[in-house]
Amino acid sequence: MRTEERVLEIIETARGKRAKFRDERVTMAHGAGGKATQSMIEGLFAPAFASESLEQLGDAGVLPELGVAITTDSFVVKPIRFPGGSIGELAVNGTVNDLAVSGARPRGLTLSMVLEEGLQADELRSEVEAIADAARRAEVEVVAGDTKVVERGHADSMYICTTGIGTLDPRARLSTAGIRPGDRILVSGRVGDHGMAIMLSRGEFELGADIRSDTRPLWPAADALLDAAGDSLHCMRDATRGGVASVVNELARASSVAMVLREAAVPVHPAVAGAAEILGLDPLYVANEGVLVAFVAAERAEQALAALRSVPGCEEAAEVGEVKSEPPGMVLVETGFGGRRVMDMLVGDPLPRIC
Amino acid sequence: MKFVDEFRDAELGRALAAEILAAVEPGHHYKFMEVCGGHTHSIYKYGVDDLLPENVELVHGPGCPVCVIPMGRVDDGIAIAHEPGVIFTCFGDMMRVPGSNGSLLEAKAAGADIRMVYSPLDALRIAKANPDREVVFFAIGFETTAPSTALTLKRARAEGVRNFSCMCNHVTIVPPLRALLDSPDLRLDGFIGPGHVSTVVGARPFEFIPADYGRPVVIAGFEPLDILHAIRMILAQLDEGRCEVQNQYKRVVPWQGNLRALEVMAEVFELRPHFEWRGLGFISQSGLKLSDAYAELDAELRFAVPGVRVADPKACQCGEVLKGVIKPWECKVFGTACTPERPIGTCMVSSEGACAAYYNFGRFAREKEAV
Repeated sequence: MRTEERVLEIIETARGKRAKFRDERVTMAHGAGGKATQSMIEGLFAPAFASESLEQLGDAGVLPELGVAITTDSFVVKPIRFPGGSIGELAVNGTVNDLAVSGARPRGLTLSMVLEEGLQADELRSEVEAIADAARRAEVEVVAGDTKVVERGHADSMYICTTGIGTLDPRARLSTAGIRPGDRILVSGRVGDHGMAIMLSRGEFELGADIRSDTRPLWPAADALLDAAGDSLHCMRDATRGGVASVVNELARASSVAMVLREAAVPVHPAVAGAAEILGLDPLYVANEGVLVAFVAAERAEQALAALRSVPGCEEAAEVGEVKSEPPGMVLVETGFGGRRVMDMLVGDPLPRIC
Repeated sequence: MKFVDEFRDAELGRALAAEILAAVEPGHHYKFMEVCGGHTHSIYKYGVDDLLPENVELVHGPGCPVCVIPMGRVDDGIAIAHEPGVIFTCFGDMMRVPGSNGSLLEAKAAGADIRMVYSPLDALRIAKANPDREVVFFAIGFETTAPSTALTLKRARAEGVRNFSCMCNHVTIVPPLRALLDSPDLRLDGFIGPGHVSTVVGARPFEFIPADYGRPVVIAGFEPLDILHAIRMILAQLDEGRCEVQNQYKRVVPWQGNLRALEVMAEVFELRPHFEWRGLGFISQSGLKLSDAYAELDAELRFAVPGVRVADPKACQCGEVLKGVIKPWECKVFGTACTPERPIGTCMVSSEGACAAYYNFGRFAREKEAV
């Protein structure tokens, strides 16, 4: 007999289970950072490699016995240059940020480039310079590399992969399991700038706005937070693909807690808010390349926020919500209008709505 | 944002919510249907239902143009997309809707050249830029989007773009409403009328609802204050014993509609004898196809489409959910065979569908009631 209670139990059991990878082919949704990506990681990669560090599903892998964290990332952004940055700068910042939010000071990078036959030498030169500049700013050394060239049409100008290694900071006591009900949720800056800058620079919307990518290294922000909050800093994540919404959803699930966000407290550039309104997107789901989300014990949240705001580029950092115990695994948003809604994991690409 | 934030004012929202609370009769359970998917979206986005008394329930209607496309039409679209030389274009939301053998997104991964566009004119532009390819636009939507498809077809003909055609899935709003109202087990007290559709068709086409079926209709805008205001207006009608069509969205909707848009639609389209709706079955005179004058731009005539009718899975009870007869969890396949990741029926396809919403928020909604 199906009762409502029984049906809700079935749903919860299904949700609590590891996502299975059952798709026949890879679609663009598997790259969007939402449910399909999760099913691929949890259903295919994690079981295949059976690594304890990988099981944590953090932004970087931690090898405590060696005192290091290691991470890798590939960059396929289109167009390769956009307002506020380029693929080269992204390739450095994206990787060092995964280390920074794992509590590791970035030390070295390897660089691997896949180049398309016919690429202008000047374009390559300018990306190499961008990589060198970004590495200097992030205080990280490029220590090894590799190059491959593929026939015209097989890579869109260039793809870049970087691997980063960092030394674990002794102040850091970070883990998803460390998140507790009562923790405050901080974001280090305005959300949605990067994704919106890319979308508009593709020129598909005929929308013009001065929106620039926020790509920047986040170690200074992580460092300031570790200094101000010490072991009261429970967890950090880099809010890239899928935005802040995906980060809090993943963590709510991983830590079996609820998260409540206050929409009105989330800093959003007015132009990003306007473009998102027109395109039917929620800035909380839009990608960032220089925003971290931090979970800090309530008693240290104020100091942590003040420390964060003193870091250049993080002046608009804000406390945006709180961790609760119920309902576990869910993210709720208190809307500016005074209602509440559930903010779910992204299903598929954040495509503009048509109605 | 100027002229937007004013309609999202939390304080005015609380004031309207208090008026609504004062206007409802305790002990009476009110069910209002918001016809349009845009309203459903706003209700979730702003948490409007959170501000309503516990005995006012909003039922999500059949007005999501993506969700009502039946499997067979998706299959036909995919068949055209796989034809050699074809560039198949559609709106982004359409890509995820499952056919009997996968979605357009999966067809794209399997090699079909399927591109997302934001306007039918984008599709026409692609056709002009690729004269050696056949460009097909998969047109969907109610009267809201039909005029822009019509204008695009007019332009294609005027400019002699030979490699452009349209697979028309446009539908009209009144027939499905009538089908819902005709069902003997319907339990609805009033309708929040579709604001966007009404900008084109006006308020008059909805007059049959109070006249023939004795249910009030208030056409509403899409901001949260608009929706609360419309609910307040429906309650006032019930309270005062009135039953009529009112226009809350006067700043945009003219009573007569947009005559030029209606004219161009009448020129380019004609009614199909019947059209299939996911979850609702065949409804006569509810779909549009290209008129004879535009037949040369009709993708269904240009390409051999299988045109196979794929029945909705037997166990799917979207129709009953839409009519408010059963709750989502009472459907036999809900949560087991039919989930947001692998939806069967219309109510699970879009995150705004009644079943998808219940799947995601069900436990939370019940706990809220308990509080």
